[in-house]
Amino acid sequence: MIIIGELINASRKAIKAAIEAGDAAAIQQVAKDQAEAGADYIDVNAGIFVGQEPEYLKWLVETVQQVTDKPCAIDSPDPSAIEAALAAHRGTPMINSISLEKDRYDKLMPIIAGTQMKVIALCMSDDGMPQTVDDRMKIADTLVNGLVKNDIPVENIFVDPLVQPVSVDKAFGTGFINAIERIVAAFPGIHTACGLSNISYGLPARKFMNQTFMTMAIAKGLDGAIINPLDKKMMANIIAAEALAGRDNFCMNYLKAFRAGMFEG
Amino acid sequence: MATQDIFNAVIAFDEETVKARTQAELDGGTDIGTILNDGLISAMDEVGERFSAGELFVPEMLMAAQAMKAGLKILKPHLSAGQSKSKGVVVIGTVKGDLHDIGKNLVSMMMEGAGFEVVDLGVDVDSEKFVKTAAEKSADVIALSALLTTTMPSMESTVKAVKEAGMTTRTIIGGAPVTQSFADQIGADGYSADAPGAVKLVKQLVG
Repeated sequence: MIIIGELINASRKAIKAAIEAGDAAAIQQVAKDQAEAGADYIDVNAGIFVGQEPEYLKWLVETVQQVTDKPCAIDSPDPSAIEAALAAHRGTPMINSISLEKDRYDKLMPIIAGTQMKVIALCMSDDGMPQTVDDRMKIADTLVNGLVKNDIPVENIFVDPLVQPVSVDKAFGTGFINAIERIVAAFPGIHTACGLSNISYGLPARKFMNQTFMTMAIAKGLDGAIINPLDKKMMANIIAAEALAGRDNFCMNYLKAFRAGMFEG
Repeated sequence: MATQDIFNAVIAFDEETVKARTQAELDGGTDIGTILNDGLISAMDEVGERFSAGELFVPEMLMAAQAMKAGLKILKPHLSAGQSKSKGVVVIGTVKGDLHDIGKNLVSMMMEGAGFEVVDLGVDVDSEKFVKTAAEKSADVIALSALLTTTMPSMESTVKAVKEAGMTTRTIIGGAPVTQSFADQIGADGYSADAPGAVKLVKQLVG
């Protein structure tokens, strides 16, 4: 599982305060903690700072990469913010995210075309949120083909079929996981990724829902997740689910995690 | 009091009983306004209270609204012009650039449940359309929704456009990244953190 650590997001109060105060140490601590907990990418988001997003996003990338070799997931729909962040980035970053919304698509494609960057392709279009598996497949097909035509290898694309809350429509859970299954089958070599906490919106005991949904999505082929890697139960759950889904040779990751104490408590 | 049975059935999300009791009250000659206000609408007020208190959850609010609507459907053909007059007109939509409509749909549903006429413009609505529709419908309130930090500026431009058009229509805003201080900053007339709160707010503004 490719883990994208979601914690450095300015919509969280502590991160907002750290950015405003220029508190590099606070940001670096969160970056280190996530890297040590198993994050493969450190997501950086400064979206709440209208007008200052490019400056802050660049600072986040520099600050994070001073303490970890992990690449960043640059989390913005704004081309000028992404370009500012890319100018500071070492290694191969992930762009979070392109979608089929025309404005966003047209502005981000020239930045990623022909590069080796990873990119999250969010199944959203100007027609609104996809409801069914077919809606999602239609958007995924256009997006993936568009990206491949712009010389982005299919292996670098992470399709996010878009999670919607099961509290408002009982078909939204299966709509998502069945889309994962079909995307993985339709585009060999492709990855999928998502932030899945939206599944439990409007319900109590959300962590429980989120963990169970993660297990179900992994069973269908999900191999990327935008999560809090410091959530030990979620991380343990992912490792067990991957072993059960046949993606852990000789259960080596599972056993390693056991010896590291991940299943205790 | 038998309208209490209707009230109780809505609170219990029991659509069949709501229908049966509403029909029975109607046949028995109970005042239609009483059935509507004391039975159906006040039940949705109670559901809203319990939701805001964290006792009920989104699926339960949806089921209650569905039960309430089933009762309303039975009453509608019998409502006189005065009785069917809405409590006010609310134009609602997600702002330009924002396609996330779940929160907006919940607000829209609760507004209807409270007896307001709701004109739902859907998603990605530009300020011209809000202004034009509000003028056409003589709206009392324009309700703006945004889920993304990146679309919050569209709220500001819409609130501004309403004022520049010289309209008296009040503007309210809501959505995950939105706060009361943002509402104050852009000059919106109100903010609510959830759907029942938005209904209360509109009642205050219209009343």
